[in-house]
Amino acid sequence: MNVNHDPRSTTQMLPQDATQTVAAGRLTKNSGWKLHLQTVIARAYPRVVGQQREKSWMFFDILLPMLAVSAYVFVYRAIQAPEDYIGFVVVGGAMTAFWMNVLWSMSSQLYWEKEQGNLALFIMSPSSMMAILLGMALGGLFATTLRAIAIILLGSVFFNVRYAVTSFTQLFAVFFLAMVALYGLGMVAASFYLLLSREAWHISNLAQEPIYLFSGFYFPVKNFSFWVSAAASIIPLTLGLDAMRQLVFKTGPSLGFISVPLEITVLAILSVIFIFSARLMLAYMERLSIREGRLTDSRR
Amino acid sequence: MDFAIRTEKLGRTYKIRGGKKSEPRTLLALNDINLEVYPGELFGLLGPNGAGKTTLIKILTTLLAPTEGYAWVAGFNVAKEPEKVRPRINMVSGGESSGYGLLTVRENLWMFSQFYGLSSTVANRNIKHLLEVVGLSDRINAKSSDLSTGLRQKMNIVRGFMTDPDVLFLDEPTLGLDVGASREVRHFIRSWVDDDPTRTLLLTTHYMVEADELCDRVAIINQGRVLACDTPSNLKRNLQQDAIFHLEVSAFNGTLNASRFEGLPGVCNVTHSPQDGFEALDLILEEEQALAGVVNTLTESNIRLLNLQKNEPTLEDVFVKLVGQSMEEVEQKGDERES
Repeated sequence: MNVNHDPRSTTQMLPQDATQTVAAGRLTKNSGWKLHLQTVIARAYPRVVGQQREKSWMFFDILLPMLAVSAYVFVYRAIQAPEDYIGFVVVGGAMTAFWMNVLWSMSSQLYWEKEQGNLALFIMSPSSMMAILLGMALGGLFATTLRAIAIILLGSVFFNVRYAVTSFTQLFAVFFLAMVALYGLGMVAASFYLLLSREAWHISNLAQEPIYLFSGFYFPVKNFSFWVSAAASIIPLTLGLDAMRQLVFKTGPSLGFISVPLEITVLAILSVIFIFSARLMLAYMERLSIREGRLTDSRR
Repeated sequence: MDFAIRTEKLGRTYKIRGGKKSEPRTLLALNDINLEVYPGELFGLLGPNGAGKTTLIKILTTLLAPTEGYAWVAGFNVAKEPEKVRPRINMVSGGESSGYGLLTVRENLWMFSQFYGLSSTVANRNIKHLLEVVGLSDRINAKSSDLSTGLRQKMNIVRGFMTDPDVLFLDEPTLGLDVGASREVRHFIRSWVDDDPTRTLLLTTHYMVEADELCDRVAIINQGRVLACDTPSNLKRNLQQDAIFHLEVSAFNGTLNASRFEGLPGVCNVTHSPQDGFEALDLILEEEQALAGVVNTLTESNIRLLNLQKNEPTLEDVFVKLVGQSMEEVEQKGDERES
């Protein structure tokens, strides 16, 4: 960069077109749905591309969950449980990746964005916070799906899991709705955690293991009483996992909590409720933060 | 006349929650701020840390609601029409660590450009160009986590300029930059405003030289109030009739207290800063003759005059005259209160 010692006459000392690019007739900027779409893609980018650069994810997100899966597999084999239980554990192990992602990379994310200084920039920009959160969710979903597929492939090969898919359409619908509802829940939690600030960390810690238990990640949720299973169904993965097991394993339907069509209906309702709630919570959080000045008060 | 920025009786009070036993208290961060900034102007907010500069910027950038009064940016009320203000503004803060460390400089900047609706072609062109301007083009593909504080700040500066906002807010933009980099950034800031009369830039700083060099007009702010607002030359001109002296004298060693000078006839302000082996005194006098009283007082106390220099007024002197203390002293007292 050229330097001129008189700050009042710098233009001539800068490269000739130093400010021309941005000056050219002022920039055309998209708004409306185009801006929304651009924001979603841009915010998904760090997770779709950036997160894959840190190769340690292969160890932490695939090998460590595989250890937990292996432990359950060996227990089931030791007690000579039905062979499909092995498959239940592998699928459950893969789905833990989504719960971990929602808990640590979705719910806590707005709080970390605030601490990082990004949240103020997001809110100050013309894009909507909903688009930012959606991008965050889709990026996380993509990155986590890679991890989940890896766990299923490894688990299936290592433990010789046999699948008997009865309906790919229903399987896709269950997975899609479970993910919409789950990430919708994550979006609600993101606003809630932001209001709680540092305490959010404890909630994530607190929510991790109990959900593994009550959502039946490693065993059929039907083993609980009806009301415990019903209460656990507020976490979309409970029904999502149960329905997927019913659809991909021979003995699945006999071990299922409720029928697949009913589970699809409940998941659809949960999706609408969580996405709508996320929108309301986000608007409330933004209003409250602006009123109280919490948006940019990080502890850095 | 349309203003780029206008505030009317603007105020902000924070409620600070007390502990379990103490009552919540209120902190008046801004009080009765009336400002008018014209399009094409580079306007400076000058004041010590804690003066209210950042609070004012937060309100103007729609991040904080005022508790009193009104503010308009680019013609829109910031509290009632934030969605109309946001596409027209951008902000860069000194020392911010925004973006994601796993992304490269280009990727981070591209991501933020998308939040403003720029097409990728235009965004990439601007990014490439502005990185060249700030001397960061060789790091375009470096991960932002690998950048030093200064380089990261340059990236942030590009982030603010690349969307070509109507009104740009720079909150201590040269914080953390070395002398050379600060000078380069100041040059670019000035040229950016000069290049297009529809652009407006509001800059906060506590560096007097920065405000003096860069700004068309400056508002001096302290304890949430605007004390003066004019061009740097007019602000200094008001002090022209005063005589400003810098004295270096032998160590006081307890024989003299600097406050004694303040009672002397014709002495407006005294700023005392003990140095290694000597004492520095900055005096604002009503007229040169008042210096005789100062010298006599020194002689009576057996203090030797080591160096005497008459200075042209600076914005620092303007601040001292308005506040009664140097900016450094105000900041020190603020730190002591907080601790």
